[in-house]
Amino acid sequence: MADSRQVISILNRIGRKMEEQKDYLTELDGPIGDSDHGINLARGFRAVEEKLPGLEDKDLGTILKTAGMALVSTVGGASGPLYGSAYMKAGMVLAGKTEIQMGDFLQAMDAAVEAVMQRGKATVEEATMLDAMVPAVKAMKEAEASGAEAGEILEAGCRAAWAGAEHTKDLIATKGRASYVGERGLGHQDPGATSFSFMLEVVKDAVAGSDTAEE
Amino acid sequence: MVGIVIVSHSEKLAESVVELTAMMAPSAAIAAAGGLEDGSFGTSFDRIRNAIEQVYSEDGVIVLMDMGSAVMTTEMVLEMMEGRKIAMADCPLVEGAVTATVSAVSGTDFNGILEELNGVRDMRKL
Repeated sequence: MADSRQVISILNRIGRKMEEQKDYLTELDGPIGDSDHGINLARGFRAVEEKLPGLEDKDLGTILKTAGMALVSTVGGASGPLYGSAYMKAGMVLAGKTEIQMGDFLQAMDAAVEAVMQRGKATVEEATMLDAMVPAVKAMKEAEASGAEAGEILEAGCRAAWAGAEHTKDLIATKGRASYVGERGLGHQDPGATSFSFMLEVVKDAVAGSDTAEE
Repeated sequence: MVGIVIVSHSEKLAESVVELTAMMAPSAAIAAAGGLEDGSFGTSFDRIRNAIEQVYSEDGVIVLMDMGSAVMTTEMVLEMMEGRKIAMADCPLVEGAVTATVSAVSGTDFNGILEELNGVRDMRKL
């Protein structure tokens, strides 16, 4: 599916996507949070981009742990420790590998979900990024089990992630800043579920296109 | 003396809490870790780690946080500094800071202060 070089390219593309969606994510964070989600993630992934050059010949564990640590150090909001832990735990699953297949990716995603649950002491249906992550991983596993190709699997994951993000509009947040807003947050889409969906979309597009090595 | 660290999303809030504690415990070993490096709102991993180092001794350090990412980022700093005598207290920030510093300067030990801070959590104002 992808080697170290391509994973670095995907991380850089995620950074570009966060930059591109910075205003939208921040706007989503306005009514229910502290209006910084897009700004924070764009800053965090700029730091990731600065740390990655020179890691092309390293294993995926090192690359993802470096990215996660950069996020923890620079994001500044809750998404820092949450995505930071997710990337680092995913990195632990991929330690020693310089190439990733769909099975590895799904295992890494499992570890990422667990990391977010642990760090945020959260579960599904609480209007968080988990409401996009958990259905996405479930959909990808089901697609894989039915023998789908990588592209189709990621496509199924993205559909489920966006549906999950949409579903956060119907949920009352009990974790994070949005819990202070409570039921007044109904009708608002969770920024974390949205940023995760964008990230998965980048992975899908990168795997679908064959130009990832050309970054 | 047990060191105290105040973690907040706001640089000013963290510094003000530290200042406020000086009214009753001017000789406390207390450090602020508020805001991001550029002064904007948020919690900074490096600022928290540096503040802990600044007041660290064998007696340990107790960290008080405001909310959300302040708690999670502090958790991660503590995981990185594993093996050192550092704990997070689950209590209101201002009341906890006053209690912790007054107790620290009077020589209460690490566990003693943590226990008092547990009491602060249940303290009512009205």
